[in-house]
Amino acid sequence: MNVLTMQDVRKSFGSLEVLKGISLTVGEGEAVSVIGPSGSGKSTLLRCATLLETMDGGSLAYGNDFAATMDAEGRSVYADKAVLRRIKGRFGLVFQQFNLFPHYTVLKNVTDAPLTVQKRERGEVRDLALSLLEKMGLADKADAYPCQLSGGQQQRVAIARALALRPDILFFDEPTSALDPELTGEVLKVIRDLAEEKMTMVIVTHEMAFARAVSDRVIFMDGGVIVEQGDPEQVLGDPSQERTRRFLRSYQT
Amino acid sequence: MTVSAMLTLLVQGFGKSLEIFTLTLLGSLPLGLLVMFGRRSRVAPLRWLVKLFISVMRGTPLMLQLMVVYYGPFLLFDFTPPGNWRFGAVIVGFVINYAAYFAEIYRAGYESIPTGQLEAAQVLGYTGGQTFGRIILPQMVRRVLPPVTNEVITLVKDTSLASVIGTVEMFTRAKQIVASPNTPGMLALAAAGLFYYVFNYIVAFAMERAERSLAYYQ
Repeated sequence: MNVLTMQDVRKSFGSLEVLKGISLTVGEGEAVSVIGPSGSGKSTLLRCATLLETMDGGSLAYGNDFAATMDAEGRSVYADKAVLRRIKGRFGLVFQQFNLFPHYTVLKNVTDAPLTVQKRERGEVRDLALSLLEKMGLADKADAYPCQLSGGQQQRVAIARALALRPDILFFDEPTSALDPELTGEVLKVIRDLAEEKMTMVIVTHEMAFARAVSDRVIFMDGGVIVEQGDPEQVLGDPSQERTRRFLRSYQT
Repeated sequence: MTVSAMLTLLVQGFGKSLEIFTLTLLGSLPLGLLVMFGRRSRVAPLRWLVKLFISVMRGTPLMLQLMVVYYGPFLLFDFTPPGNWRFGAVIVGFVINYAAYFAEIYRAGYESIPTGQLEAAQVLGYTGGQTFGRIILPQMVRRVLPPVTNEVITLVKDTSLASVIGTVEMFTRAKQIVASPNTPGMLALAAAGLFYYVFNYIVAFAMERAERSLAYYQ
């Protein structure tokens, strides 16, 4: 059973068609990297998958849970609010800009949604949060506020926050793009560890070497379509499409 | 009139001023939040109506508004509200006027919160109410505190406008003392001024403390 199934997803902003019929499935334990030039629609795809944007057309499902189905004309028909709320517990999203809650401590950033949204038991949530922070190398920062942390530390808290909801799949939207180069390593390492634990992930990234190292599959997007996808060695090392080659060359110079 | 008799009159008046001040804040601080929601509503007619309300509240003198609230029921509907309508009208007039100003301050605070905060809350599954109460409001309070302090200080002085419909607060008392023969008139004015000033000094001090207590994060 696929963790994520998106079929024929279309999305326009005004007259600009950003996604032109994208289909994407992600299996359990799979790490998928999405690369492509800015404006290719990769962030919009992630925002559609995480319900931050409403798709115009296409379907979206997590496991057997349909967030949106297609009508006869292929238009998206969303499920009702209660279903969507339940589905939100099945995925997590790590933002480029972290978006931690500045008025909460690190620990409360991680525990608040499991307690407030999922109504889980306080002791269990706290133990899980502390162990996640430890895994992120932030055990000593539980009582700090986000403003006291570096960007790399903030992003690792954001990853812990997303994991605390025990999602089936984790999305990353350019998780290192807002970081100083010397801080990207610590965040990439955490994501690599998650990949080794077979966490299901979709990672939008500009870090080609990283994509090659951690992904089971790489997707190259351009102009709102998937140009090619496959094994990272093949897509990044020996792409079959001229458009992909041109894009990758811009990274080598 | 002795100085102590004068002071007694002023203190009584000050009690009334304090009452207006407290009731106005109790009413207008929460009502402002409601007005802000109306101003940001997705329902266009409601949004326009609230916009018009704010525009009128800001665009006409509070003194005039107090007279309209006080005399309006009688002039328009030949209806005399029961109870102590004189004081009731003062509170209603002040509350709706200040709610309009607070609503705009709140709106500025709300809209200054990065959309990333809302999106993070949305993805984590918070309901609209939870997002507002847990994520937006606490950050908003801190941002609006300085402009709210401005309004609160203005309110202390504005309580003197209640005299226009015959509410006997401190300013009215001072005027009466000045107008009566054989009274230390200048002293009464100076004392009234001092009351307002000291009160505002305390307000500013308290608000600064509140600001500092919220400054634990950036």
